[in-house]
Amino acid sequence: MKADPTAVASGMHFIDGNEACGEGAIAAGCRFVAGYPITPSTEVVENIARRFPKIGGLFIQMEDEIASSTCVQGAVWAGLKAMTVTSGPGISLMMEHVGLAAITECPTVFVNVQRGGPSTGLPTLPAQQDVMQARWGSHGDYEVIAVAPSSPQECFDHVITCFNLAEKYRCPVFFMMDETVGHMLGKVKIPPADEIEVVERVYTKRPPGEYLPYKIYDGDQPEMVRVGMGHRIHSTGLTHDERGYPDMNAEAQDKMVRRLCSKINDHVDEISIAESDQVEGSDVTIVSYGITSRVVAYAVDLLREQGLKIGRVRLVTLWPFNEKLIKDVAQNTKSIIVAEMNLGQMVHEVERVVAGKVPVHLIGHAGGAMIELQTIMDKIKEVAS
Amino acid sequence: MSDTPVNPVDGLLRMDRMPHIWCGGCGIGTSVNCFARAVAKAEIDHEHLHVVSGIGCTGRVAGYVNVDSFHTTHGRAIPFATGLSLSRPDSKVVVYSGDGDLTAIGGNHFIHAARRNIDMTVICVNNFTYGMTGGQVTPTTPYGAKASTTPYGNYEHTFNLPNLADSCGAQFVARWTVYHVRQLTRSITKALKTKGFSFIEVIAPCPTLYQRRNKLGDGVMTLQYYKDKSTIQNGADTADVGMSFQSDIIVGEFVERESLTFMEGYEKRMKEILGDGFVPYRGAK
Repeated sequence: MKADPTAVASGMHFIDGNEACGEGAIAAGCRFVAGYPITPSTEVVENIARRFPKIGGLFIQMEDEIASSTCVQGAVWAGLKAMTVTSGPGISLMMEHVGLAAITECPTVFVNVQRGGPSTGLPTLPAQQDVMQARWGSHGDYEVIAVAPSSPQECFDHVITCFNLAEKYRCPVFFMMDETVGHMLGKVKIPPADEIEVVERVYTKRPPGEYLPYKIYDGDQPEMVRVGMGHRIHSTGLTHDERGYPDMNAEAQDKMVRRLCSKINDHVDEISIAESDQVEGSDVTIVSYGITSRVVAYAVDLLREQGLKIGRVRLVTLWPFNEKLIKDVAQNTKSIIVAEMNLGQMVHEVERVVAGKVPVHLIGHAGGAMIELQTIMDKIKEVAS
Repeated sequence: MSDTPVNPVDGLLRMDRMPHIWCGGCGIGTSVNCFARAVAKAEIDHEHLHVVSGIGCTGRVAGYVNVDSFHTTHGRAIPFATGLSLSRPDSKVVVYSGDGDLTAIGGNHFIHAARRNIDMTVICVNNFTYGMTGGQVTPTTPYGAKASTTPYGNYEHTFNLPNLADSCGAQFVARWTVYHVRQLTRSITKALKTKGFSFIEVIAPCPTLYQRRNKLGDGVMTLQYYKDKSTIQNGADTADVGMSFQSDIIVGEFVERESLTFMEGYEKRMKEILGDGFVPYRGAK
């Protein structure tokens, strides 16, 4: 499917990441957004509130983030593509409904324009401190997809990726922006609608009576319905069987939770996006994501000019974690540095996968400012020497 | 067996889920029976009826009704139903939950859905306690009543739910006990036909926890209390219908008003400002 030409703002724009994110959501077919004001994400919904009445969408400013994160799921079951947008304390409040989206397999996009925490923290300043929260923030075992953009253009492009993945894998998808990328102005090319690939929701073709909402017929996703199709489904946050009925025992739990995880973990190759600029036999390979990866790319360019053998890997998809890629990196390099705007989150995943094969170092930062070019260059030189 | 009488409410219930979890003497089932009859009376097509519940004993209603139904998170049935209702203007969305779910953890959502005049019917089975978790105090537990977390009796002020709904702008507000099955059925029918936010409080016994802990006897004795102490006052000022421990109960239809729903207000404003540039939201149609 292609995007709707009557809604897409095709052309060249000079806009910030937050506005680009809203335009991307529109291009992806999102027509319902519920949100609550919170810095530094608010411009996303402000743009949506301006745009939606002109393209047949609906924005509702709810009473809080908890309400927003479940309101959108009501709209999804009604048959819409929907997202909510927040930051910091807001994403913490939404965590219970990340779990609801996971267990009910409700394709929902959660945009998190990350700011410094904990608590109220740094409302106007960036961080990448919610990476592990995105993965583990709601209670219980489940899997999510998380994507981190590094430019206004990618805020447009990859929020579409998020909607497409949500439809394909029926899970909560996080769009892990940050304050800097959200407020960064840049050139954003919005292509003609017929050049934008959009994954439409596929509804079951099975008639009522021959359909169970959580049964796997083909592939490894259950077939979706929306309300009013006559199937009279029941959806619950309780552990449930193929009928969607509560079935609370260890066997049902094992079956359901393992499927919620495997339906994503079995498709890491298809889900994962990364930039891999590896150098065979490099002294050091630096792994980063989001806005930090831009500083890293510059540092690597400068140091390569000085003759250093450095590899560079940028994770666009944070979750599910691309273990294969990092294992591959560990084969090709003498050491790894992870640069991230937190005091060490993704570095633990890298260490886990590398399993001692090569040393793994961290360039951490408590948030509030981007990691400086010189800090990255100094650390690379120190590790490479 | 072909001439076995069929219960008129069978069509709205998921018979494959029976028996239900509710205790003997519990009032929730009675309210569901009234609800099922009201759906038939209001001639609502089951394909266009969606029931959303939160968590708790009453929260299980969504699981027993044979329509598209959602058993969501604790306290958040209303915001989920808001997204559903706004996106299916052709359907009737009903939120069915208990006093703890709707007015404690979900209190914020309750007042805002009423204020916005979202098109939904909220049925609150008020048994004055959290049944599912073992009988704790709720915002409606009367002063002095014992709960597992108020072993010396409740010392907090309570909500007067019809007054709360009224003051937030609800279009239709009624209260009945589960003794008043015909009146309750009639009021639910009316609520289902109401455009905008309608609210029904159903006073119901929890013999296992609230009645037992307060030595109020069983379900039958509670119905006797409802019969003896209820007075019907349609149109009563909701400020006067507050309840206290084993007090008189004022029941009836208290509020009927008509104001713009959320969607009507949205469309009116957008048409005024944007004119032909406005593209109305049609949800998933």
